[in-house]
Amino acid sequence: MDFFQSIESVFIGNGVITAFLFVGCIIWISYFISNKFTNGKFHGSAIAIIIGLSLAYLGGKATGGTKGLADITIFSGLAILGGSMFRDFAIVATAYGLDTKELKKAGFAGIFSLFIGVILSFTIGACVAVIFGYTDPVSITTIGAGTVTFLVGPVTGTALGASSEVMTLSIAAGIIKSILVMVTTPFFAPFVGLNNPRSALIYGGLMGTNSGVAAGLAATDPKLVPYGAMTATFYTGLGCLIVPTILFLIVNLL
Amino acid sequence: MVIYGVTLLAFSFLLGLILGEFFGYLLGIDANLGGVGFAMLILIFLSNYLKVNLNFGEVSEKGITFWSAIYIPIVVAMAAKQNVIAAIDGGMIAIIGGSLAVFISFLMIPLISKIGK
Repeated sequence: MDFFQSIESVFIGNGVITAFLFVGCIIWISYFISNKFTNGKFHGSAIAIIIGLSLAYLGGKATGGTKGLADITIFSGLAILGGSMFRDFAIVATAYGLDTKELKKAGFAGIFSLFIGVILSFTIGACVAVIFGYTDPVSITTIGAGTVTFLVGPVTGTALGASSEVMTLSIAAGIIKSILVMVTTPFFAPFVGLNNPRSALIYGGLMGTNSGVAAGLAATDPKLVPYGAMTATFYTGLGCLIVPTILFLIVNLL
Repeated sequence: MVIYGVTLLAFSFLLGLILGEFFGYLLGIDANLGGVGFAMLILIFLSNYLKVNLNFGEVSEKGITFWSAIYIPIVVAMAAKQNVIAAIDGGMIAIIGGSLAVFISFLMIPLISKIGK
């Protein structure tokens, strides 16, 4: 084994540590751009997330895989660091020191937003499916489920026996939603009053995509993360519960 | 000790996820029903209890606040492993469906915010 190969093996063999180094550099560059060119107005973490997504695009293009940049061996640690285990562990940690009064005050609106969120996203997805010429209830429901989240899509599709083409569409719709939530939240936030714990709870319930909400709030105001994450965590579960059952029955009737 | 904070966090996390699995099982769906949310509530409850009763100190706290602070880097790593290609190749139906859902949901935030105020 030559010397360069052994250096490479250090990075690959210690994937998560390499990921820390790599992410740290992205964040450093992002905050540099944020301070230097936008006077700190455009959040450094928003820039970092956009850089991350762009690299994921390049990684996917280069390898043809499904895990973005993490499909390149040397960056494989990103899949672990950015996977659901570390993400959820850190999200739970953000709840430390949470204002429980705010939670109680907005509790009802939060639960309400969850139901509205799932039903609204589903309806929009289902309508788009109909406009694009889908007529069978299984396909319409599965595509609607995808716009709920990219997890509800396949769960519903499998339960109802949708075709793999429709499943792919439904997952793609869910990923689009999640990425758009990540990128657009900092822009929409000032217009919709997303600047306090109460509206963050509602936002989590309406958007529901865990990764989207996690990144969207991080790029807007990290203090709001636990509130949005709190409701978003129930969203996928609620979606898996009502989409293949109640909502499918309704679509079937129509 | 820092590890006490991490231990408390790990305990809350796992207990929350177990609860989430349990509720999923009860309702017959193959998904974790709000495990992370339960974990957050358990952590809030336990840390308040320990602070009052067991002198859960500042150093132990660091075991939790570290993970809270490392959250954004984790989100950046998460962004870098998204399947962006699949999203873009999904075609118009996926793009229109996903975008409309996001846009209209944003518009609902101020409306629902008014409820019960």
